[in-house]
Amino acid sequence: MRENVVIRTVTRLAVPFILVFGLYIILHGSSRAGGGFQGGVIVASAFILIGIAFGLDETQRRIREKVRTIASILGISIFIGIGLLCILFGANFLGYAAIPLPLDTPWVRGLMMEAVEIGIGITVMAVMTSIFYDVATKEEGE
Amino acid sequence: MIEDLVVAFLTRYNYYMAVIIMLIGLYAMIAKSNLIKKVIGLNIFQTAIYLFYISIADVEGGTAPILVPGTDVVYVNPLPHVLILTAIVVGVSITAVAYALAIRIYQSYGTIEEDELLELGSERR
Amino acid sequence: MISEHLPILAVILPLVGALTVLLAGWAERRYCYPVAVAVLTIQFGLSLAILREVLRGGTIHYYLGDWAPPWGIELVVDHLSAYVLVILVFLSLLSCIYAKRSIGGEIDPQKTVAFYVMFLLLVVGVCGITVTGDIFNLYVFLEISSIAAYTLVASGREKKGLLAGFNYLIMGTISACFILIGIGHLYVVTGTLNMADLARLLPPLYDSTIIHVAFIFFIVGLSIKTALFPLHTWLPDAYSHAPSAISVLISTVISKMGIYATIRILFSVFTVGFIVDHLPILEFFAWVAAIAVIAGSVIAIAQTDLKRMLAYSSVSQMGYIMLGIGIANSVAMTGGVLHILNHALIKGCLFMVAGAIIYRVGLRKIDDFKGLAGRMPYTCAAFFIAAISMIGLPPTVGFMSKWYLTLGAIEAGEWFFVVVILASTLLNAIYFWRVLEYAYFRHADAETPELESRVPVSMLLPMLVLAAGCVVFFFAVSIPLGIIDAAVADLLGGA
Repeated sequence: MRENVVIRTVTRLAVPFILVFGLYIILHGSSRAGGGFQGGVIVASAFILIGIAFGLDETQRRIREKVRTIASILGISIFIGIGLLCILFGANFLGYAAIPLPLDTPWVRGLMMEAVEIGIGITVMAVMTSIFYDVATKEEGE
Repeated sequence: MIEDLVVAFLTRYNYYMAVIIMLIGLYAMIAKSNLIKKVIGLNIFQTAIYLFYISIADVEGGTAPILVPGTDVVYVNPLPHVLILTAIVVGVSITAVAYALAIRIYQSYGTIEEDELLELGSERR
Repeated sequence: MISEHLPILAVILPLVGALTVLLAGWAERRYCYPVAVAVLTIQFGLSLAILREVLRGGTIHYYLGDWAPPWGIELVVDHLSAYVLVILVFLSLLSCIYAKRSIGGEIDPQKTVAFYVMFLLLVVGVCGITVTGDIFNLYVFLEISSIAAYTLVASGREKKGLLAGFNYLIMGTISACFILIGIGHLYVVTGTLNMADLARLLPPLYDSTIIHVAFIFFIVGLSIKTALFPLHTWLPDAYSHAPSAISVLISTVISKMGIYATIRILFSVFTVGFIVDHLPILEFFAWVAAIAVIAGSVIAIAQTDLKRMLAYSSVSQMGYIMLGIGIANSVAMTGGVLHILNHALIKGCLFMVAGAIIYRVGLRKIDDFKGLAGRMPYTCAAFFIAAISMIGLPPTVGFMSKWYLTLGAIEAGEWFFVVVILASTLLNAIYFWRVLEYAYFRHADAETPELESRVPVSMLLPMLVLAAGCVVFFFAVSIPLGIIDAAVADLLGGA
C-alpha cells in the first residue's frame, strides 16, 4: 500500500475519539438511545479504519483472528451467563430483578442491562471486524 | 383525480418512497446479472423496509423516546426502531454471507456475471 | 426447577453448544464431532422432556425477562410445537451423526469446525421458531436458521454448491423481507407482535385492506420458504449440490421449519375465522398444493440424478402437507401434520442413502445403479423401505398419512384432490420403481470395477433407524396421532 501521510495522521487522531464514542453508545444502552449493536459497530469501524489506513497485513498481526473469535465467544457468554444467572436466582431467563444486589430494582435492571449490552457490544465489535478482514484479505488456505 | 394523487403522495411521501425504493431493489435483484449488484439490490430492498418501519413509528410532533421527567411530552414509538435494529443485524449478516459467497464463486469460476456462470454450469453438465 | 425453564433452554443449549464446538475445535479438530453429537443428544432429551410436559400440563407459556405479554416476548409451546420440535431435533441429531464420515470427502478439513458451528446455529434457529410465541421473534429465528443453511449449502467442495447457495440466499432473503413487511403491516394496525394477542385483536379488522396486504405478503414469503410449487426454483439446486449431510438436514429440518411457520401464521395468527370464512384463501392454497403434488412428481420422473429426483419429490411432498392444511378439516389436517413426521423420516432416509452411494461408489446417475443391491445390501434395503413409504404402501407410515389425507378429501367432498393423491401415488411409484429396478434387477456391467462398498456404521445406523421408523410408526401410529389430534384441535378450535 502506498504511503499516505494525511490518511494515517487523520486515522491516528480520529480513532481514539471513535472508540470513546463507541463506548459511550454501548454504555447508554439501558437509559438512553444507545446499545450494544450500535456501539459495537462504531468500535469496529475504528478497527476497520485502522485496517484501511495502515494496511491489512499490519493490522491482522495486531488484532489476530484468535483474539477476535475469543472476543465474540466472550460476548455471547456474558449474555448467556447473565440470563442463566437470573434463572439461578429463581426468575425467568433475563429476569434481572431477581439478582440480589443491594440496589433498587430499576437500578439492578439498568446495571444488568448494561452488562448484557457490553457483552453484545464485544461480540458485535469482534464479528464486524472479522467480517471486514475475512472478506477483504485474500484467503490463504482457508 | 391527479390532484388527489399528488396530495396523497405529498402527505405520505415516505410510504410511497418506501415502495419505490423497494421496487428499485427488486428490479436490481432480478435484472442485474452481476452477483454483487444483486446483493446491492438486496440491500436497497431491505433499506426500503427499514424506511417503512421507521415511518410507522413516527408520531406527529413526537420527540425521541428518551424519558423527559415531569413534562407532558409526546414520544415517537420506539418499538419499530428496535425491531428494525434487529432487522439491520440480520441484513448485515446476510450481506456478509452473500459477499463471501460471491468471492468464493469468483475464485472457483473466475467470473461473477450470472449469464457466464450459467454457461459454465451447462458446459460442465 | 429446570422443568419450568425448558423452552428457553431449548434455544440456549445449542447456542452454548455452538460456542463449545468452536472452543473444542481449537484444541483439536477431531473433538468437534463428539461435542456436537453430545449437544444434540442432550437437546433431543430436552425436547422429549418438553413434549412430556406439554402432554401432561398442556401448553407451556414462558415469559422472557418476567415481562408479561403482550409487552414482553413470550415463548409458547403447544402440542404442535412440541411435536415438530421433537421431530426436527431428532433429524438434526441423526444427520449430525451421519455427517462425520460423509463430509470427509465433501468438505475441506479446515472447515470442519465452522461446519459443526453452523450446524448447531441452524438448530438454534429451528428450535427458536418452534418455541416462540412472538411473530417478530419468528422472523429472527427464521433468518438465523436460513443464514446457517445458506452457508452450509455452499460449504462443500462442489462448485455448483456455491451458486446454489447464492440463489438460495437471494430467494430466501426476498421471502424473509416479505415476511418482515407482513409483520410491519400487522403491527401498524394492531400495535402488538404477540401471536395470541394478534389472534385476539385481528377479528374486528378482518375487512381492513392492510390486513389483506399483510396476509398476501406472508403467504408469498412463506411459500418461497416452503418451496411451494411455482416458487420452488431454489430448492432442487440447493438440495442436490449441497454436501449429503446437509441435503438430509435441509430437506427434513429446514423445509419442515417453513411448514411449521406457515401453519403458525395461518392458524395461530390469522386463525380459521379469517382464512376459511372470510377470505377463501385455503381453497386456493389447496389447489396450488395439488398442482405442486402433480408437477413435482412429473418433473421428478424426468430426472436422471438421484439427489435431484429426490429434491423434486420433496416439492411434491411439500404439496401433500399443504394440501392437508388447505383442505382444513380435522382429518385432512391430521394427515398433513402426520406427513410432517412421515416426510422427515422418508426424505431423511432417502437422502442419506443417496449420500452413502455417492460416498462409497461415487455414483449419482440412476442409470449407473445396476446391480447396486448386491454391493450395498443394507443401504438398498433402507432405500426400499423408504421408497415404499413414499409411495404409500402398508406397512409403512406413508400409508397412514395418505390414508388420512384421502379420507379428509373425501369428507370435504373434494373428489378432485382424491384423484390427485391417487395419481401422484402412481407417479411416485414410477420414479421410485425405476431406481429399485436398476438396483435390484439389473446386473452390473462387467467392466464396473469392484469397489470397496461397505458403508461406515456412522452412516448406516441413522439410515436404518429412519427406515425402521417408517415401519414402526405404521404400527405405533397412535403415538403421534395422540399428539396430532390435540394439535389439530388447537389449530382449528381457534375460530
